[in-house]
Amino acid sequence: MNAHHVIRTQALVAGYGGATIVDGIDLDIPAGRISVIVGANACGKSTLLKTISRLLPARSGAVLLDGKRIEDIPTKELARTLGLLPQQPISPEGIVVAELVGRGRHPHQKLFRSWTTDDDRAVTEALAATGILDLADRAVDELSGGQRQRVWIAMALAQETDILLLDEPTTFLDVSHQVEVLDLLADLNAARGTTIVMVLHDINMAARYADHLFALRGGRLIASGAPGDIVTADLVREVFDLDSLVITDPVSQTPLVLPRGRHHVAGAG
Amino acid sequence: MTTALRAPRRASTPTVGARRRVIVLVIGVGAVLASVLLSLAFGSRPVSAAEVVEGITTWVRGETPTDIGALAVQSRVPRTVLALLAGAALALSGALMQAITRNPLADPGILGVNTGAALAVVVGIAFLGITSMWSYLGLALAGAFVTALFVYFVGSVGPGGTTPIKLALAGAATTAALSSLVSAILLPRQSVMDEFRFWQVGNVGRAAWETMAVVAPVLIVGAVVAILCASALNALALGDDLAVGLGVRVGRIRIIAAITGVALCAAVTAVAGPIGFVGLMVPHVVRLLCGADQRWLLPLSALGGAVLLVLADTVGRVIGSPGEVEAGIITAFLGAPVLIVIARRTRMRAL
Amino acid sequence: MPAPTLISDAQLTGVRDARLRRERRRRIALSVLALVAIVLMGAMLMLGNTIYSPAEVIGVILGQDVPGASFTVGTLRIPRALSALLAGIAFGVAGSTFQTMLRNPLASPDVIGITSGASAAAILSLIVLGWGGGATVTLSLVAGIATAVVIYVAARGGESTGGRLILIGIGVGAMLDAVVAYLLVRADVYDVAVAARWMAGSLNGTRMEQIPPLVIAVVVLVPLVVALGRDLRALELGDASATSLGVRVDRTRVLLVIAAVALACFATATTGPIAFVAFLAGPIAARIVGPGSSVIIPAALTGACLVLAADLLGQFAFDTKFPVGVITGILGAPYLIYLLIRTSRRGGSS
Repeated sequence: MNAHHVIRTQALVAGYGGATIVDGIDLDIPAGRISVIVGANACGKSTLLKTISRLLPARSGAVLLDGKRIEDIPTKELARTLGLLPQQPISPEGIVVAELVGRGRHPHQKLFRSWTTDDDRAVTEALAATGILDLADRAVDELSGGQRQRVWIAMALAQETDILLLDEPTTFLDVSHQVEVLDLLADLNAARGTTIVMVLHDINMAARYADHLFALRGGRLIASGAPGDIVTADLVREVFDLDSLVITDPVSQTPLVLPRGRHHVAGAG
Repeated sequence: MTTALRAPRRASTPTVGARRRVIVLVIGVGAVLASVLLSLAFGSRPVSAAEVVEGITTWVRGETPTDIGALAVQSRVPRTVLALLAGAALALSGALMQAITRNPLADPGILGVNTGAALAVVVGIAFLGITSMWSYLGLALAGAFVTALFVYFVGSVGPGGTTPIKLALAGAATTAALSSLVSAILLPRQSVMDEFRFWQVGNVGRAAWETMAVVAPVLIVGAVVAILCASALNALALGDDLAVGLGVRVGRIRIIAAITGVALCAAVTAVAGPIGFVGLMVPHVVRLLCGADQRWLLPLSALGGAVLLVLADTVGRVIGSPGEVEAGIITAFLGAPVLIVIARRTRMRAL
Repeated sequence: MPAPTLISDAQLTGVRDARLRRERRRRIALSVLALVAIVLMGAMLMLGNTIYSPAEVIGVILGQDVPGASFTVGTLRIPRALSALLAGIAFGVAGSTFQTMLRNPLASPDVIGITSGASAAAILSLIVLGWGGGATVTLSLVAGIATAVVIYVAARGGESTGGRLILIGIGVGAMLDAVVAYLLVRADVYDVAVAARWMAGSLNGTRMEQIPPLVIAVVVLVPLVVALGRDLRALELGDASATSLGVRVDRTRVLLVIAAVALACFATATTGPIAFVAFLAGPIAARIVGPGSSVIIPAALTGACLVLAADLLGQFAFDTKFPVGVITGILGAPYLIYLLIRTSRRGGSS
């Protein structure tokens, strides 16, 4: 059965302490596709993702999973549908890759039932899908940044959720690893139909890999749509306060944002 | 390299900052005098103002007064002086440690100097048959010194240098270990244990001119070092790399300041026992009032520390009357809440 | 349902076999620990001024009246061995739970001031109020929990509660130590020796009546912690990951803290604070069973072995009898410093 779970937000308001960071956002996340949330620093991208994944309680408005408020869904059941890869995940010292990936099975395990073949299968599939089967017995501490990120993605995969949220999965990686991880996510979306929602700080990577873009500014959604439709110089100026020239990326045929600073600007665009 | 070095931004314009510091300085000196008077006037025995005057004047003239009140006042002089010296030394020590470790939670007591000194003294008594007071002091000093250096070393290993947590944990661990050793030595030796427990509480009541002769020179040296190092310490606050860029010999300053800080704390501990939190609280409060310029922070901390300890001792004598609640207990009770406040205010990256 | 990636049977078996191998290693390590604990218990029951044979010891345990042994073993040694075992389990579980929850091997109830509260109350009760055993235990427990609450509340709010918790705990611990020092100064000379011995963590003179509270605590709370073990391991990954995995982070943490604090306080109230056991049981257990697995039961057994072995050393290895806490303090310290340095080198802290 390939029925997708659908998640969306409705007039969502959230924040920390006294501050309101997400200010009334309606997010219609297309099921089975890759959506990317972009915006300048502190525009609320991470806060939005945290609220969707129930890390942060909503002040008002709602996050609806298949029409139900996520607060009304039992935690374990939610964890089987919605997975989150947070910004700086912590791995216990010395833990082996296969074990860490195995932790992702937590929502599927009952109190007194230990490992079943189903768990083993899910872990193996996750390892295979992320291409790290040969690293299965290595210690996570010893891996490179890109490899480690794959391990975390594998853990999220082992959770076997229909929806996967990722908070800046590429921020601390160098370019080759960034591409590696994003390609992997595209593979997963294609093979498993997982709905992927991620926050990316790089507008160009976002434009390349997203099926759907959500642009935030000041805690509000100011544009939503396919990158080819919405990424224009005007949008870039509104979201990032940046003058730019937007052309078509010759490699991927998606919008490419070329910033215009004060130096090194040749002629008119 | 094209790093532009920026001068540290001042929180307020120079005129206002300087004026405020002068005011604080004046208040500080006034507070010292006031606290001295309070210390002489209050205690387990109430005395009248006239007796205070008489006590002071006879002391100055080197006579013994006949009036009991004046006698009481006179007896308070040594401890007041010791409290002044010890408080100043502890606060200065704390300020120096905080400057070189770049963390607002460095307190010399955290370095386990108390237990180190205790262990040395106990070993001396139990195994070396030490009885003379100078030997006690010498041992205590050595023990405190070695322990502090050890804890500093353990707490500085690894990236990030001496973070507050590493230092505190190193101190706690070392303290626990050393106090087990102390227990091991004391438990079979009842009489030593009995005497030792009095030393375990920081207390300026054992003031004698001989003991103060230990603290005073260290304090003077400490003050000199502080004056000389102050601007270098200011640069150090910007980070090692920037400080080197500004021409500061980082390694050398650190060692000098560290040795001075530890020596100040060790001297006080040797003479008065463990008195904690003064080195933590005072520089922090002064920093809040006057900013982080070491040329003001160090001397004002010394003043503040003197006032704090004198007042702590006075309060202890008043509430503990007819006995006393030792100054070390008072500072511990004050210090814990202050530590909580400081820990809450400090952002995690600074921790 | 997501469409699975195609994997071969060989791959599946490979992963599964690796897992079974890891689990087997853990089971073996656990069995060895349990065996060591049993042997040490036996040694405690058999050794002493008079050495009794295993047959005699077993006879006493079964309730028979064995001449000589019934008193020595029954009234003196069995309570002592039991309290060593239970205190070791309690401290081990409490320490490892805290360390896992705070994600810092250096954060343990005896460092962060919690047991200081229990100690101060016990000294107060023993020396100043002159209360007996049961009342001391109760007061100690209440004080310990109150201290933990104060520290927790003071450290709450904002990020990095863990780091703040440690610092505030150390500060509060220092304050409570001052209280103890003050009480000791005011005390009668005779009481001082008693108090000092208690403060060092001692199993001396343990009587059977003291055991039940600790038994109840261990029997009730340790299974609770074990049941929460999987959630605890999810917490190791950080609050965000744990929530994503379906753990009710706040609720689980509160339950675990209460259980761990209660265990530490019950143990402290019974034997006094035994230095470093809570601190070291977890890290030592982790090295024995390997990283990545639940450390609660291994830590319980390690704690028991530490206390038992230390008490045996304290009783028989030297001319004077030393309380168990002194031995653990002296032996534990070098390992602790090593752990500190190693953690610092790794760049770890909370």
